[in-house]
Amino acid sequence: MTTETVRRWRKPPFIRNPVLRYGLLVGSIAYVWWGLSTLPFDWPRIQEGLPRAIRMMQGAFPPSFERSNLLINGFVESIQIAVLATVVGVLISIPVAFMASRNLAPRPVYLAGRAIIILARSFHPVIVAILFVKAVGFGPLAGILTLVVYSLGFVAKLLAERIEEIDWGQVEAMKAAGAGYFTTLIYAVFPQIMPRQIGLSIYQLDSNLRASAVVGVVGAGGIGATLMNAFKRYDYDFAFAITLLIIGVILLSEAFSGYVRRKLS
Amino acid sequence: MAAASSSSPGELRSMLKISNLVKSYGSDKPVLRNLDLTVPERSVVSIIGASGAGKSTLLRCINRLVEPTSGDIELNGVNLTRLQGRELRTARRRIGMIFQSFNLVDRLTVMENVLSGRLGYVSFFRAAFRRFPQEDIDRAFHFMERVGIAHYANKRADELSGGERQRVGVVRALMQGPEILLADEPTASLDPKTSEQIMALLRSLSEELALPVLINIHNVAEAKEYTDRIVGMRFGRIIFDGAPSTLDQAAMDQIYAGVPAEDRLADGAGVQVLKVASS
Repeated sequence: MTTETVRRWRKPPFIRNPVLRYGLLVGSIAYVWWGLSTLPFDWPRIQEGLPRAIRMMQGAFPPSFERSNLLINGFVESIQIAVLATVVGVLISIPVAFMASRNLAPRPVYLAGRAIIILARSFHPVIVAILFVKAVGFGPLAGILTLVVYSLGFVAKLLAERIEEIDWGQVEAMKAAGAGYFTTLIYAVFPQIMPRQIGLSIYQLDSNLRASAVVGVVGAGGIGATLMNAFKRYDYDFAFAITLLIIGVILLSEAFSGYVRRKLS
Repeated sequence: MAAASSSSPGELRSMLKISNLVKSYGSDKPVLRNLDLTVPERSVVSIIGASGAGKSTLLRCINRLVEPTSGDIELNGVNLTRLQGRELRTARRRIGMIFQSFNLVDRLTVMENVLSGRLGYVSFFRAAFRRFPQEDIDRAFHFMERVGIAHYANKRADELSGGERQRVGVVRALMQGPEILLADEPTASLDPKTSEQIMALLRSLSEELALPVLINIHNVAEAKEYTDRIVGMRFGRIIFDGAPSTLDQAAMDQIYAGVPAEDRLADGAGVQVLKVASS
């Protein structure tokens, strides 16, 4: 046996350049320090606020389901908003997804499709809702339009990604048989993206239901609007009842959407 | 000094005629260089050559899945290289193609896959709602029975074994009412026994339907056994063209020069068994 030098090994650092590595560390610490020292953490105000919060909580207990009419109407409207927005949003998102797939669309169409998706995704639904409430007035219409935009951005983006991953051989086989463009889409592309399409639609329905409560707060109808009104009138017990029900409905819809998507895969 | 004895196609009606075909991708070296090939009806031709020799590109130029750079490809008097749009689709439906990875639509039934061979003939609405003409359905059952898969009609394509899937692929191509069959390594994804069954099937279909069949293949033993003529390609050119019996060691060395010697095994009878990683 020859004498061997011991060969040491250490895991290479995540960031190889030592200047960058320690620079980032020092920079982050300095930023947090600066942030904490300049933010107005007003302890007296927090102290004053706490009892007010406790009073609010006391007002909220026990939750009041007395005005169940308002409660039910609010939820019915929210569910209508979510379902309609999902149906319309998903229907629009399918052609947009095809436009935004690099492997199917010619370059200019692809860019147009991507632009639509980026536009639809660039604002949070609450901001979109504020715009639509200004444009079409208070009420469920603004909510539907907002969630259509929200669904379009999300579903079209993920569907386009799925379309770009399809097995191209199936497309080639249809082309080789002399099939036209749309027939090829129906036979070789749709079957491949169908499970993802259904999964995305159900996820989006669940997501829209949740978002419809939020956009309602800025005036776009549904249970969110009911909740906001309850707060404005200091009806904390009613507001608490609404909150409880929102949680319940969302849990149910999440369980349902999870169950369906598991069944599909 | 490459052996280039032709199988004298003069006395038969010429079905496929490729002349001066060139294909290059961008500014790279051409994949096909001034290639000429004539295939008469009812003949089974195998194309052999190392990976990257241009076999697949040649087949795909014929049905224009790959656009040829220049040259002519004529099928029964129709020049395929200049067709566009509807004319191209009309020409394509007369060219059946069989793929190495079968390229079946996994989530559709065997019957839908088989009927998809008629997509060049039926309208969009008939296709979309699966309302195929009765004669297409009769034809589908006829061919499925011929290759032994009729009992799978309503099974999903991805439930079948490799050999069965390739049979679906063959039937789909036959549904087109093809004037020629192109098979791009049809047996490379199959086990040896199934692979021989598919080769025998292609061979007998060629006779029954008077079809020329072009087969890209890596298995030289199978090429020799099941085809009438072997075309050897190297660097985008045809450097051998002759009857299987004329493919000797020298010709093999020419075709596969550069392929490591340990990948080539000669058995006692002098039959070449060749294994090359598929492209």
